[in-house]
Amino acid sequence: MAQVELNNVNKSFAHVDVIRNVNLEINKGEFVVFVGPSGCGKSTLLRLIAGLETLTSGEIVIADRPVMDLPPSERGIAMVFQSYALYPHMSVFHNMAFSLSLNKVPKAEIKERVENAARILQMEHLLDRRPAALSGGQRQRVAIGRAIVRNPDVFLFDEPLSNLDAALRHDTRVEIAKLHKQLGATTIYVTHDQVEAMTLADKIVVLKDGEVMQVGAPMELFNQPDNEFVASFLGSPKMNFFEGTLADVSGETASFAGEGLNVQGVRLVSKNKTAGASVKLGIRPQHLTLDPSGSLKGEITLVERLGTETVVELSTSSGTSFRFASPESPDLEVGQTVAFSFEAERAHLF
Amino acid sequence: MADLTYSQSPSKGSFGKLILRWILYILLALFALYYLMPLFVMVTTSLKSLEEIRTGSLIALPREITFDAWKTAWSGACTGIQCEGLQPYFWNSVLLAVPAVALSTLIGALNGYVIAQWQFRGANLIFSLMLFGCFIPFQVVLLPMARLLGMMGLAGSIPGLVFVHVIYGIGFTTLFFRNYYVSIPAELVKAAKVDGANFFRIFWSIFLPLSLPIIVVTVIWQFTQIWNDFLFGVSFSQAGTQPITVALNNIVNSTTGVKEYNVDMAAAIIAALPTLFVYVFAGKYFIRGLTAGSVKG
Repeated sequence: MAQVELNNVNKSFAHVDVIRNVNLEINKGEFVVFVGPSGCGKSTLLRLIAGLETLTSGEIVIADRPVMDLPPSERGIAMVFQSYALYPHMSVFHNMAFSLSLNKVPKAEIKERVENAARILQMEHLLDRRPAALSGGQRQRVAIGRAIVRNPDVFLFDEPLSNLDAALRHDTRVEIAKLHKQLGATTIYVTHDQVEAMTLADKIVVLKDGEVMQVGAPMELFNQPDNEFVASFLGSPKMNFFEGTLADVSGETASFAGEGLNVQGVRLVSKNKTAGASVKLGIRPQHLTLDPSGSLKGEITLVERLGTETVVELSTSSGTSFRFASPESPDLEVGQTVAFSFEAERAHLF
Repeated sequence: MADLTYSQSPSKGSFGKLILRWILYILLALFALYYLMPLFVMVTTSLKSLEEIRTGSLIALPREITFDAWKTAWSGACTGIQCEGLQPYFWNSVLLAVPAVALSTLIGALNGYVIAQWQFRGANLIFSLMLFGCFIPFQVVLLPMARLLGMMGLAGSIPGLVFVHVIYGIGFTTLFFRNYYVSIPAELVKAAKVDGANFFRIFWSIFLPLSLPIIVVTVIWQFTQIWNDFLFGVSFSQAGTQPITVALNNIVNSTTGVKEYNVDMAAAIIAALPTLFVYVFAGKYFIRGLTAGSVKG
C-alpha cells in the first residue's frame, strides 16, 4: 500500500516549469531519497508534498487522503530543514512542544511525548537549553526531535546535513539511518550528495530539470542506469564515456566500435537506437583493469593518490579524457601510456 | 624567550602611540566639555535666583541653590493668560506620546513582518512608497491633514494628534522592522507553518519575542520624535490639548515684564527629561538594536 502517491504533479513559477509530470509511489516505511544537481527541483518537490508550495496541477495523496487543499500542519507530515529552523527564543523542550501546544494537546501528554522523543535521540539533558547553546549536531537532533514528536505519517528532510562539517555529517548520517530502522517511519529525504543517497535510501529518485530520470534501489541505479544522466550522476569519480557507433544489435546487448575499441555484448540502454547510430560507451573508472594487451590506451595526465584510492586521469590519442580508479597504488607516472581492458558486461551503451 | 624580553622593554613605537592616545583623550574631553556646556548653563541657571542671574556670571556656579524656578515652571508659570505651569501640558504629551508610540510600533512591526516574510505581489512597491513617505516634509501635509482631521471630527483633540503621529511614524517603524525581519531565516516561518501556526500566531509567538532590540530602537525613535514635535502640536491642538513643546514655547515667548531665565531653563529641562530618561535607560539596547539584527538559530 502506498503511503505517499504523486500523480502527474506539475509546478511552474511564472512561465518556468520547475516540476514536470512527476509520478511516484512511496511505500509505508520506505526511505526515499530525492537526489539531483542543484536546481533540479528536488527541494520544490519536497515542499509541494509538505504543502509549503501549491501545485500547478496533479494530485498528492498521503496515507490515502488527497492533501492538495490541506495546510502543511494537517497533511500528516513533519519536516526537518536545512538550517534547522529552530525557534531561537524557546528552549529545546518548547521547540519540540510548539506544534503540540498549538494543537491543544494536554500538558501531561506533551511532556510525555517530548521526553520520549528526547530519549530516542539521547538528548534528555538538553531540554532546558536554548538553541544558541547547542552545537550544530545537537541542533540537528532537536530539529529531528521536533519532527518525531508530531508522530507524522511521513518525515520530510530537506538537505539536513549540508550545514554540518564532514566528520559530523558522517556520524549524523549513520544516526539517521539507525533512527529510521528504529522508528520504521516513511521518510523522504532530499540531498545533492550522492553518498547520502546511496547509503541511506531504500529507493532513490534521480531528478533533472524537474523530471524524474530514474527510480530504483541504489545498487540498481548504480549497475543499471536508465540513461546517461543517471550513469554520470551516481558514482565517484564519474563514469567514462567514449563516442562511437553502434554495430549489430542482438536483443538486450549490442556491440560498439570507436576510439580504437571493438566491444561485443554490451548492455544497450538506448533501446530505440539501431545499428549504425552514434552511441556512447559508458564504463566506470573502477571497472577498468590495467592490462598491457588491453585495447583502451591512454596517456596519463594526472595521478591523484587519495590514500584509500588512486585516481588517474588519462587522454586517448583522439583527445577524449577518461579516468581510472584503483584501490591499490599502482606505479604510474604522468606522461606514461598505459592500456586497459574491461568486462563488456560492466559497460553500458547510451 | 627573546620575544618576551623584547616586548617587555618599552620601545620607541609604543611611546609614540601613548602620546597619540593622550592627544586623542584630551581632544575627546574638550569636545565633551563643549557639548556639555549648554546643559551646564541650563542646570546652574535654573538653580539660581533671578537676583543672582542679574548680578553673577553666566557660567558661575549658583551661590545659593534654590528650586523655586522649578516649582514655578512645573505648576505656576504663565502660558498666556493661564498660570498653571507645564504640569497639564506634560500630561497631555504623555497621553499623546504613549498611545502614538505603541500604535505606530505595533503597526510597523506587522507591516515589516508582512513585507519581509510574506512576499506578495507589489510588496516592494508598497515598501518603497512607505519609504518615500518618510521623506515628505511635515509642512507639506499640514493643510490636507487639518481638513482630514476636521472631517473625522478629531480636530484639536489629543486622539487627532495621536492619529497624525501614528500615520507619520508608520514609514519609519515599518522600515526598522522590515530590515530587522529580513534577516530572520524564511525557514523559520515554514517550520512554524508545518507546526500548525497561522499568520498571526507566527507573528505573536515567533517574531515578536525575537524583536526586543528593534522594538527598543523603534520606541526610542518614535518617542523622541513625538515628544519633541512642535509643528503638529501647534497646528492641530487647541487650548487644553496642547503638548508640552507648545506650552514651553508659550512660557518662554509670552511673558511680559522681567524675563525669568531660571524658570525658562527649568521648563526646558522638564520638557527634555522624558526623552533623556528613555535614552539613558534603553540606550544600550538602542546601539545593540541598530547594529545587530541577524537571529541565528
